[in-house]
Amino acid sequence: MKSADPATLTVAYDTATGGRAELGVPVGPAVQRTYWQSVGRRVRRDSYTVICAAVLLLITAAAVFAPWLGLDDPTFSNVAKRLLPVGSPDHVLGTDELGRDMLSRLIYGGRLSLMMGVLPVAAALLIGGALGLIAGFAGGRTNMAIMRVTDVFYAFPSILLAVAIAGSLGAGLTNALLAITIVFIPPITRVTESVTTQVRTMDFVEAARASGASTYAIIRVHILGNVLGPILVYATVLVSVSILIAAGLSFIGLGASPPAAEWGLMLNTLRESIFLAPLNSVLPGFMIFVTSMCFNLISDGLRSAMDVRF
Amino acid sequence: MLKYILRRVLYTIPIAIGVSLVVFTLVHLAPGDPLSAVMGEVDQKMLVEMRKSFGYDKPLPIQYVVWLGNTLTGDMGYSLRSGAPVFPMLMSAAKNTMAIGVAAALLGFVFGIAAGMIAGYNHGTWLDKAVSSTAIAGVSMPHYWLAIILVIVFSVQLGWLPSVGAGSADSFWSWEAWRHMLLPALALAAIPGAVVARTARAAVMEILSMEFVEALRARGLSERRILLHVARNALPTVLAVMGLQFAHLLAGSILVETVFTWPGTGYLLNLAIFDRDMPVLQATLMLLALFFVFTNLVVDILQAWADPRINRA
Repeated sequence: MKSADPATLTVAYDTATGGRAELGVPVGPAVQRTYWQSVGRRVRRDSYTVICAAVLLLITAAAVFAPWLGLDDPTFSNVAKRLLPVGSPDHVLGTDELGRDMLSRLIYGGRLSLMMGVLPVAAALLIGGALGLIAGFAGGRTNMAIMRVTDVFYAFPSILLAVAIAGSLGAGLTNALLAITIVFIPPITRVTESVTTQVRTMDFVEAARASGASTYAIIRVHILGNVLGPILVYATVLVSVSILIAAGLSFIGLGASPPAAEWGLMLNTLRESIFLAPLNSVLPGFMIFVTSMCFNLISDGLRSAMDVRF
Repeated sequence: MLKYILRRVLYTIPIAIGVSLVVFTLVHLAPGDPLSAVMGEVDQKMLVEMRKSFGYDKPLPIQYVVWLGNTLTGDMGYSLRSGAPVFPMLMSAAKNTMAIGVAAALLGFVFGIAAGMIAGYNHGTWLDKAVSSTAIAGVSMPHYWLAIILVIVFSVQLGWLPSVGAGSADSFWSWEAWRHMLLPALALAAIPGAVVARTARAAVMEILSMEFVEALRARGLSERRILLHVARNALPTVLAVMGLQFAHLLAGSILVETVFTWPGTGYLLNLAIFDRDMPVLQATLMLLALFFVFTNLVVDILQAWADPRINRA
């Protein structure tokens, strides 16, 4: 994305040349930073964002490297050691209703839960982004066709649509992933389309076209360069929503299936244990909560660093 | 204004038809025959017979038209599982969901607006920080987890409130009914409350920075009167968010209703999915989705009423 580094903050400047000085905007005497460099600086100075990024990194790294951390087998059950309390000598976070080590299951659970949070958003970003670009850039009937279908899917509350799709296709991880992806395509299409339509009519796009830029170059440099910021902010919010919905689907039995370790599923199976081991039974929910909140706070940080509004 | 309303209503019709098509297609997407899934091992001849009587032997487009026509006239068919008519079943569930939904909305909106306005007015103070962090926690909270925590604290540990069902009271206006509604309503109120607080805070902050507020101050208005002006200007934005949050709340109650075994639409949906009870599934999805479409319509019209500038666009 080198060529799409605009040295500016708003859509109104030409992102292709990045020439703030050419536009007569005063630039500091010593350094001239590109747009993404200055966003990076601002993000690094925001302590909430940095802490959240560190927490997420920790959870992700632990989940990825779980097999090498010397944890108990997350699916090994030992009925004799059911529901040991938090702080037991061999099981720091206790055991679950089948005597499986909670710490291990919470760390391993991050694998499925994080994947179910990130993968649908990534897929929806590709599909919805492409649809939005096409709709915004083509305009006319193509726009009408794409946006009206989008409107229909957008007319469903997200949880309801996810439950409806996952419930119709049948319980299971793949169907849940598919369902959440479909839920996120319409909002991403909408954001991309609206930014694309806005940018398309800007003078600098007209100028680029007049100076012989190909459609591909215009899309790559001007449109993508301007869409990327808002979409990135939006995508981080969606990941936090996705984690909540994914865990929710597993919670009602439409996502991951036992004996897999997944936070939503664990929360569900531990529900019978709230009388005997209340602390154990709320731990998976705490993981969902922390992960989702970190993505939310990072999104807030990015939003103010990029000065994005939508 | 009238023209705007008319245009907005006309625009809703194709959306509503689209929504009904999506619901129908989704439900029929399910692998396998709806009847054989419910009946299990039965005589093939009987299955054919039954398929005919339910109309499942006809091509899908015709089934869709028949279903739509029937649904619009209030005939939603019979549950494949229990044989009971779907319509009364759905209405009683909708009544229960509406009860906790309205209670949750009242709780969430009143506290959310108050907290958000106070935070926005005292921007940057510890009060603002407290409200903002509580709000972001509320937005990120899995409300089904909050529901479990509430059960643990108020039902298991303290023993004050029941954790299951809607109780046996005949009317909603009784302590017995309220006792059962309190925890589900609290769990449902968290997200809309937090979202509304965030919206109100942002709106108040933005309006306070406008020039007309400065002018009002210059004219010597008391801070209380100024706050009234600010509230009036924040109304359209907050109203829109409230409407959408209310509809989201009703749809999202499936998770909370599962925790409390609350006999509402979410619980009905849950049962219908796992029972593969197609008529019930179809009708419940349709009702919730159309309610969302309808809320969107009302919100848009209310917003145009509260903010005359929208009319001209």
